[in-house]
Amino acid sequence: MAANLDAIRAQTQMLGQRTLRRWGPPALQGWTNLDALFRKACTVFGLAIVGLLVFIVAELVRGSAPSLLRFGSSFVVDKLWDPVTERFGAATFIYGTVVSSAIALLIAVPLGVGVAIFLVEMAPRQVSVTVGFLVELLAAIPSIVYGLWGLFVLAPIVRDHLAPALRATLGFIPLFSGPSFGVGMLTAGLILSIMILPFIAAVSRDVLAAVPQAQREGSLAVGATKWETIWQVVIPYGRAGIGGAIILALGRALGETMAATMVIGNTPQIAASLFQPGYTMASVIANEYSEASGPLYLSALTEVGLLLFVVTFAVNGCARVLIWRMARGAGRHE
Amino acid sequence: MHRLTTLLLWSLAFALGVGCKQSSPTATSNEGPQAAQAAPAGPVTLNGAGSTFVYPMMSRWSSEYQKLAPEVQVNYQSIGSGGGIRQLIAHTVQFGATDAPMTDDQLKEAKSPVLHVPLVMGAVVATYNLPDLPHAIRFSPEALAGIFLGEITTWNDSKIASANSDMKLPATPIVVVHRSDGSGTTFVWADYLSKVSPAWKTKVGAATSLNWPVGIGGKGNEGVSGTVRQTPGAIGYVEMTYAIQNKMPFGQVKNQAGNFVEPTIDSVTAAAAGALSTIPDDLRYSITNSPAPNGYPICGTVWAVVYQDTPPGPARKALVGFLKWVLHEGQKFCGPLDYSPLPADLVQRADAKLESIGVAAK
Repeated sequence: MAANLDAIRAQTQMLGQRTLRRWGPPALQGWTNLDALFRKACTVFGLAIVGLLVFIVAELVRGSAPSLLRFGSSFVVDKLWDPVTERFGAATFIYGTVVSSAIALLIAVPLGVGVAIFLVEMAPRQVSVTVGFLVELLAAIPSIVYGLWGLFVLAPIVRDHLAPALRATLGFIPLFSGPSFGVGMLTAGLILSIMILPFIAAVSRDVLAAVPQAQREGSLAVGATKWETIWQVVIPYGRAGIGGAIILALGRALGETMAATMVIGNTPQIAASLFQPGYTMASVIANEYSEASGPLYLSALTEVGLLLFVVTFAVNGCARVLIWRMARGAGRHE
Repeated sequence: MHRLTTLLLWSLAFALGVGCKQSSPTATSNEGPQAAQAAPAGPVTLNGAGSTFVYPMMSRWSSEYQKLAPEVQVNYQSIGSGGGIRQLIAHTVQFGATDAPMTDDQLKEAKSPVLHVPLVMGAVVATYNLPDLPHAIRFSPEALAGIFLGEITTWNDSKIASANSDMKLPATPIVVVHRSDGSGTTFVWADYLSKVSPAWKTKVGAATSLNWPVGIGGKGNEGVSGTVRQTPGAIGYVEMTYAIQNKMPFGQVKNQAGNFVEPTIDSVTAAAAGALSTIPDDLRYSITNSPAPNGYPICGTVWAVVYQDTPPGPARKALVGFLKWVLHEGQKFCGPLDYSPLPADLVQRADAKLESIGVAAK
């Protein structure tokens, strides 16, 4: 009986091998080294990402060729965007994208890292789980909901409370001068900061939670306070990971379209005051692409898309170098 | 272990492969009976795309028409007028719908001749956020142009106040709100301002997106109306249907004859009727600033754009049949949705356009 079972088992194994040899694709017949197969498959997947990127850039360059030839480098510095006379410059959009993302990061980074520190180092388990869940829930809200909430709730608050308060205290700085309509660069930055907060908080939380307990215990054992432990041991240990979270969030802020469009005011200008309306690259594409007529107009919008790609690439690259340096510095410090 | 995984993977792949093979015959067998059933007339899908403004109207038309002609299915995608024209040029749709007539360049790009068939009209109204006014504000063309050029900056400016002497307008600063997305509504608004204000014509001009001299941009009707509602002293422009359905206040505008006219379904039709003599043969007209004494001066038309040489067959028959029905019986569905029907004389001229489909192409 037992011998019989063994025979069946052996036969089944043989059948498995034979099935692959006989019925698998011709290239794989006789192939038994599955590790090699796996490696090849993964290489193909990895290269597909690179291929996709190259394809997108090539397609954007092709689409924006008429505009590239017509305006050349002046496209990047020209502030005029006039679809009627077909004169296009993207400086105001580049400015809007960079400034609104910068505001968002300025607010969301301390807040997000603070949330992560609280959740990992201080909060009781029950609170940590609940608040962590709520923070992650923020990431699941569609951007149009953020946009409409920004327009109907946040914009009036900015106009009636935040802007007057800033003007009264910091009004001597041009950034906080002049009237506020509610919608504008500051409101856009605020909305973006709320939208990227969960990315920074959730990833930083996981990074901090992964810091070995021995590091904390060691620090406490030599007499460090909780504050010193967090600030000088836990955070430096997780620096690279937190940096990664910030880059992820920055990417989201640079490319965010719908929410920014609803609250930024969509006015192509470079204004000194953050209360004034502005315009982002993603917004102008979303606003004008569907009704754009004429090959030059379309290609100018496509070139804005190409520039968005370039700006994202450059900003991300800078951020990565910065964080790499910081991480290395941290390593030396230890 | 490896063998087992491979076996599993391959059996999965096989299952999927077989599944695909099986699904394709099922799909054909699904189409089979339908095709056989309606063999003489044949089910026809009319693909159209374009104007978002006409979308609610088009949905109503297509559902009403299907009751009469069950074999015709109108599939309309509201991707925007510019998109509709692009799709027509690319031959992916049988008809486009647009709030602005095709430009000469676009007609050239289309290669074969394109016909413009007006379908329905609508007003663009000035909506504002000023509390406690006894009645609608009256705007002169100079006042509107001045406001949107940024020359008039407060509500109690004499250019606005002179036409509203019976009520006291506040000294609130004016905040101009405009559409940020490319839109036929913007085109109609700017087209009107270009006609009444030489300064507007030279400085700004008319198109679906503009280089605005002043103001903040809101995305879509909801963006403009939302910003106007949130901002005291704001003024913006939206389609009349949208303003009525959302109970927003809107002003009267002085027309060419010197009368202040309230935008209504009838005053738009009247504006078109009064401008008939100025409408060119190809029906690529603009009826803004109409000379009609009781016509509201800021209104636009939605055109269906179709190829004159649409190839003969059931699709062309369905296309002509549907558009013809829209021009006649279909017009009675306009009013309930706050759109304005075409005047009778214009319907006749549109009919002639429809009848010429296929004629010149022989």
